[in-house]
Amino acid sequence: MATTRTDHGRIAAPARAVPRQAARPGRRGPRRSRRSGLHTLVFLLPMLLIFGVFSWFPIGRAILMSFQQTNLVTDPTFVGLENFQTVLADPLLWTAVKNTLYFAFLALLFGYPIPLVAALLMSEVRRAKGLFSALAYLPVVVPPVVAVLLWKVFYDPGPEGVFNTLLGHVGLGPYAWLQDADIAMPSLVLEATWAAAGGTIIIYLAALTGVDPTLYEAAEIDGAGIWHKIWHITLPQLRGILLITFILQIIGTAQVFLEPFLFTDGGPANSTVTVLLLIYRYAFTSSLGGDYGAATALSLMLAIVLALFSALYFRLTRSWSSS
Amino acid sequence: MKPSRIIATTAAAALAAAGLAACSESEDDDGITDITVAIDAGLEQGAIDAFNDRIAQFEEAHPDINVETQEYTWTATTFTAQLAGGTLPTVFTIPFTDGRGLIERGQIADISGLTAELPYIGDFNPNVAAAGSDADGNLWALPIAAYGQGLHYNRTLFEAAGLDPDAPPTTWDEVRAAADQIAEATGEAGYATMTNANTGGWILTTMAYALGGRTEVIDGDTATATIDTPQMREAIDLIRQMRWDDDSMGDEFLYDWGTINQDFAAGRIGMYISGGGNYGSLFTQNALNPDDYGLTVLPLEGADAGVLGGGTLAAVSPNAESAEQAAAVDWIDFYYMEKLTVEEAAVADAKTLADSGQPVGAPQLPVFDKATYDESLTWVADYVNVPLDQMTPYTDQIFDQPLLTEPVRGTQEVYAVLDTVVQTVLTDEGADVDALLAQAETDAQAAMDAAA
Repeated sequence: MATTRTDHGRIAAPARAVPRQAARPGRRGPRRSRRSGLHTLVFLLPMLLIFGVFSWFPIGRAILMSFQQTNLVTDPTFVGLENFQTVLADPLLWTAVKNTLYFAFLALLFGYPIPLVAALLMSEVRRAKGLFSALAYLPVVVPPVVAVLLWKVFYDPGPEGVFNTLLGHVGLGPYAWLQDADIAMPSLVLEATWAAAGGTIIIYLAALTGVDPTLYEAAEIDGAGIWHKIWHITLPQLRGILLITFILQIIGTAQVFLEPFLFTDGGPANSTVTVLLLIYRYAFTSSLGGDYGAATALSLMLAIVLALFSALYFRLTRSWSSS
Repeated sequence: MKPSRIIATTAAAALAAAGLAACSESEDDDGITDITVAIDAGLEQGAIDAFNDRIAQFEEAHPDINVETQEYTWTATTFTAQLAGGTLPTVFTIPFTDGRGLIERGQIADISGLTAELPYIGDFNPNVAAAGSDADGNLWALPIAAYGQGLHYNRTLFEAAGLDPDAPPTTWDEVRAAADQIAEATGEAGYATMTNANTGGWILTTMAYALGGRTEVIDGDTATATIDTPQMREAIDLIRQMRWDDDSMGDEFLYDWGTINQDFAAGRIGMYISGGGNYGSLFTQNALNPDDYGLTVLPLEGADAGVLGGGTLAAVSPNAESAEQAAAVDWIDFYYMEKLTVEEAAVADAKTLADSGQPVGAPQLPVFDKATYDESLTWVADYVNVPLDQMTPYTDQIFDQPLLTEPVRGTQEVYAVLDTVVQTVLTDEGADVDALLAQAETDAQAAMDAAA
């Protein structure tokens, strides 16, 4: 990939320059180095504090809690691996895993190609490209809760519901969008795709501007049509971005919570319970103080699975992304 | 700037920030005790004004206490998060079912030393007081209201369907027939039920109780789940018939307490089961038209049938210091209890509410004895502004119905298990009820064992 090769070249140049500098230490060299390190530390300190307090400390605390029984009010007790055993013995875990995989599959099926197609089409538009970009991005700036409430109106299961009224004109429906265990999950995916596609479209549009136009000109001279240009130029040029958005989508969908929580609360009959919703239920279903140990144990397991998946994914696609 | 200066400046800023934080955490030096008290979320302005008036009256009587309000509505999930996060108001309310568990776990403040000094401490109905007491009978949380489940119905939809709103159903067969008639005539749901956030289990348990069933048997420390019973099956069959045979339950099957109240107040539901004192919430939070409202008792059929009852406890945050605990008990006594025991307080409370256009006189069950309750009603009779005559089918009969307490072991977890049963029956026409009940009993037993 051209851009990647260029990046490698850029990284290589300073790597050669550093030893030359180090080989000629002046009198002020070490002091500068120490001062530079101190400066770096001082400038890093606020960020380290913020990350430490709001990210690393909670992560560390969660790992600790996964080995404890605690209600966060009274003193915790260590229970070893009991929380992990509890979670793994819960039959609802496998329902949640299956549902999450189903959501991820549907989200990839619809949510992955749609932004790409939209971006390709928008990149071809000569006029009002900004307007189209703004329209595509608009759902992203709608607060998620507002978007869900809006779509709940759309999904009204009665014949007078928005979608059912529209489909009724062509003789379809009415459908129980969120009340039917078979179509509740696809309904959630539809809204999630609408809500998130704008951000991905903007990323693709930005990446498309980086494609060298002379490649298209050369292809046109060779008589290539639009599909050939997309297949042989655009997609290969976007390969790096596509790989990143793919893994981000997998990680994002594996952590889906908002839609099942706000639309269905995991129903009907647990058909939209996801792993994150199950974590939430462990923590908060019992008003007497949730099972925070089980909740953090499952969180930890999910994080490990996603980390392993990401590492495996990047390892398997390394050669492809740099080819 | 030199690094040493940067470090010095940073350190000085950090020390200043720490100093400010320390100052903000120090106790008031003016002798004023600050407490926060729960106010229902989503109230109309009139109700908020009435609440603020009561605070002003309290602060006038207690000049050393400053009261701030905090929006709070108990739901299992939000309560747990607030409890763990330490963000509950100083005074908050909890259902009877949670009292004993929270006390055993030390998750609410032990105010028994303060409640023991209240003049009416010995007058509570013993069954009611037990909900807020520890094993030794010390009262950690004060019972402020009790209710029995009722059948709420929309009189306007009844009339539109050719039903007599003054003669609501008295058997479950009549409930089913009325639901069918309402759905047929109006296109609205004749009958609806809650299904989400543990409320599906709450209502299914209510129906099972009304048909003579129970969901648990307690023997000493052992709790046994009794979900797979003929009574529970009868309750589920009734729901299934209304949903699939009659198609009289509308299109919405993911209701919780808030959303079913919304749809009922909006005239989209003919009948539903909820607490008998629900009128206040329907009016103040959902703009219910009083003319639409009707309330009757649940039909009780079969041996040992009874009406599921419950209630509300006022509790104090475990984070409250001793002065705050004392102020909190003063507030509970003033706001919740005096109107039940002192005529002047009852009149003042009722007048404040009535002047603000808020409901006065919605039916409840007594937390003391019935004579005290009846007497308190006479004190505020001049201010009653709820349509009591539309609730007489309930108020005339509720005191004759056997009142049963909610299940005690793993209550919310068992309700969550039953949510799934109700949702499945409502959304899957071919649901295998036998398998559902067998699985639910297993899951409920596991939940009870875990809660032991």
